[in-house]
Amino acid sequence: MIEIAKLIIVAFILIGAFFHLIAALGVIRLPDVYTRNHAASKAATLGVLCILLGTFLYFYFIHDHFNSRVLLGILFMFLTAPVAGHLLGRAAYHSGVKMWGQNGPDDYKEYIEIKKSEKYQEYEAYRKKIEENIKAESK
Amino acid sequence: MKTSDLILQTATKLILFLIVLFSVYIFFAGHYTPGGGFVGGLLTSGAILLLLLAFDMKTVQTILPFNYLYMVALGLLFAIGTGAGALLFNTPFLTHAFGDIHVPVLGELHLHTATLFDLGVYLVVVGVTMSIIQTIGGDE
Repeated sequence: MIEIAKLIIVAFILIGAFFHLIAALGVIRLPDVYTRNHAASKAATLGVLCILLGTFLYFYFIHDHFNSRVLLGILFMFLTAPVAGHLLGRAAYHSGVKMWGQNGPDDYKEYIEIKKSEKYQEYEAYRKKIEENIKAESK
Repeated sequence: MKTSDLILQTATKLILFLIVLFSVYIFFAGHYTPGGGFVGGLLTSGAILLLLLAFDMKTVQTILPFNYLYMVALGLLFAIGTGAGALLFNTPFLTHAFGDIHVPVLGELHLHTATLFDLGVYLVVVGVTMSIIQTIGGDE
């Protein structure tokens, strides 16, 4: 029982450290802010969660101590890290950081321009178009 | 342009309760584990700061209608009161007392007046940090 628990704990901590390494490599290797943000906020969050879960299981199985603060930390990281990533990406977009190798249309830019112009009919039409697009994609 | 910060505000509404809960836990666990009035107070003011970041100053002032300078005064009063209370029992200043007290709902509790002193520290820390932040952040 204890040996199996130890194996699971080691696996969790190694996977967490591995994800951190991947996140660091992603931040170095990827070309622009958005892709770097994507690597850092996703992979590092999963890495932290794995390491915290390993820690929790270690104290639970080896020292017989139920540490609810680590579970709360897992919940907290899971809630906050994506929000932080979202805010960073948004702040970068609104201060005009260019995307790397952009060749598709920029839907968000179009949306902002229509919203800025305060033509409500155009805005409503655009919203309907986007809703239809989402419906068509989900089918 | 008015930007929407729906995601930040919704996340704040959830996370705020986690931080306040953890700060209360840190405050009460200070006697046996790392923590206490100082860290608890800083965590609470961190939670209020998160509210300030997600909403504007007027909204936060209506949610938490405190005058933080009065909070500092109240905290100092707690600290001096627990110290001066010892003088009434003919013991030196800041001598703390403790005892097992039967509380109707909660049962037997081991209570210590050092917690009241810590509550004073907590109130002073929250009051000072929040009044610093409000003074720097406000423009009127």
